[in-house]
Amino acid sequence: MIVLKDICKTYQVGGETVRALDNANMHIYQGEFVGIIGPSGSGKSTLMNIVGCLDLPTSGQYILDGQPIENYSERELTHVRNKKIGFIFQSFNLIPKLTAEENVELPLIYQRVPRHERQERVEAALNRVGLWQRRQHRPTELSGGQQQRVAIARALVTQPSLFLADEPTGNLDSKTSEEIMDIFHELHSQGNTIVLITHDNDVAAQAARRIRIRDGHVTEVEE
Amino acid sequence: MIGQSAKMAVKAVWGNKLRSFLTMLGIIIGVFALVVLVSLVNGATDYVTDTISSLGGSYLSVSVSDDKGDPLTLDDINALMDEEEIGLAAPLASLSATGKAGHESGTVYVYGTTPAYQSINNLGIEYGTFLRQTDVENNNYVVVINQTMADELFGTNDCLGETLTLNGTKFTVIGILADDDNSMTSMITSGMMVAYVPYTTARRMFSSISSSISSFYITSGENATAEEANDRLTEILMARFGQDEDAFTISDNSMIEEAMSSVTNMLETLLGGIAAISLIVGGIGIMNIMLVSVTERTKEIGIRKAIGAGRGVILTQFLIEALIISLIGCALGLALSWVTLKIVTALMDAVTFSITPTIASLSIAFCMAIGLLFGLYPANKAANKPPIEALRYEG
Repeated sequence: MIVLKDICKTYQVGGETVRALDNANMHIYQGEFVGIIGPSGSGKSTLMNIVGCLDLPTSGQYILDGQPIENYSERELTHVRNKKIGFIFQSFNLIPKLTAEENVELPLIYQRVPRHERQERVEAALNRVGLWQRRQHRPTELSGGQQQRVAIARALVTQPSLFLADEPTGNLDSKTSEEIMDIFHELHSQGNTIVLITHDNDVAAQAARRIRIRDGHVTEVEE
Repeated sequence: MIGQSAKMAVKAVWGNKLRSFLTMLGIIIGVFALVVLVSLVNGATDYVTDTISSLGGSYLSVSVSDDKGDPLTLDDINALMDEEEIGLAAPLASLSATGKAGHESGTVYVYGTTPAYQSINNLGIEYGTFLRQTDVENNNYVVVINQTMADELFGTNDCLGETLTLNGTKFTVIGILADDDNSMTSMITSGMMVAYVPYTTARRMFSSISSSISSFYITSGENATAEEANDRLTEILMARFGQDEDAFTISDNSMIEEAMSSVTNMLETLLGGIAAISLIVGGIGIMNIMLVSVTERTKEIGIRKAIGAGRGVILTQFLIEALIISLIGCALGLALSWVTLKIVTALMDAVTFSITPTIASLSIAFCMAIGLLFGLYPANKAANKPPIEALRYEG
């Protein structure tokens, strides 16, 4: 379902060319739970941006759900992000002015889902992460774990083909991290595809399959 | 979609009340200045125009310089009143004479005319009557004098029936004019001694007045404009004087109104222009705050883009935000102007100042344009932020 072929990504930093990804090749199949592991500066953020359609590769081919997207326009990329990818970030990235409910509703608004259907789906998503009772709260009135659960609800409300989590437990204590990881396991058991990016071996160990990234090179971790 | 963008924009404006209000202040003051200044000029213009037109309505004054040996007579002037386009007509012969009553004497401006002159010039009567038709027909030695003359010759306003002499000829006073602010003639001649006598009497008395009438006044007919009266009169006089347009001159007091309105129009444009500049300054204030807002919300823009907000959505949201600020500012400015004009009107009893629909819609349109114009750059800047850079931003 995700195919990366000879992906290269270079940046110009102060007149110097930095090669963040060097001929990266990767396959991720439908319903897999994949952990991408690598230290900081290894290129994993770049990989996540490309897989998440936030950025385009300098060269190489990226196929998502059978569609080659490396030549997509900004508008098409936005559409793909909205429809197919559910983001979960380390710093939650909820909009502080909006309530939990409104945050979850946002991607549906951008999809132009009718109001009635939006309400139903938001309720289902918040119930799934156990936060329907706190729907009127703003992010600042929620704990870190609760904020991350709202973020997960926001990701799953669109029923994306891919959950892309970037250090989802990085800002959380170990107990809350476990709760969050439990949600991921549950999503996985329901047949969702999950890509989890982390520098934490313990977290990565919970994934069914692990891919290591170092200095822009992607390698499979053998069990 | 626009509804959602509007909702988010309202949230952003409302979430930053003080800042939004301070930003609006530029627009509020701009609209206030524009509306109040223009309305004040408008009100003052209306007042002055009304005053001028009440000064004897609008009449045409005619002077004949070359009668081609066929002078106009009193009958000719009276015949003009039968024309549909022409209302009243009255000849006017003027000269100065020595007026004397008892031991008092002085120089008097004597006008020979007919009864119609009173209405044409809006002359008010304090005591007695103005000249009557019979006085003209019978060459009566009667006189209507103004208050200055009554005071100076008789020492009292109420001198009805008294006798005075003009160049030695005896006249009976049949009327005293009012000192009237509504008559231009009365205003201009106040402080001078003025006497009106029947035209026929004046002609008989003073050799300098010939039987030919060289100066007269007309008003337009009930259902005719001054222009139509002017056209008709021109036609008649052209026929009379062998199509020589240099033989006579017709002038009217609408010239004063025209001069007046060109001055006030200029004043209105000038003041409106200055106020418009302050509105533009207000618009720059909006742009400034919107740019700050875009920078502050870089992260938010990044999040929105990551979860699927396109360029258009972000652009609309910020544009609507700018528009809301400028339109609410406009509404507040209009409200403030309305209150101020009410107060000014209450303080000045004679003049009414009000916001015309034209100036109200003009300021709304102007504010909308300013909101769009100065919101476009920040909104575009927000919409063009690449999502990864915006997400990385920590502010």
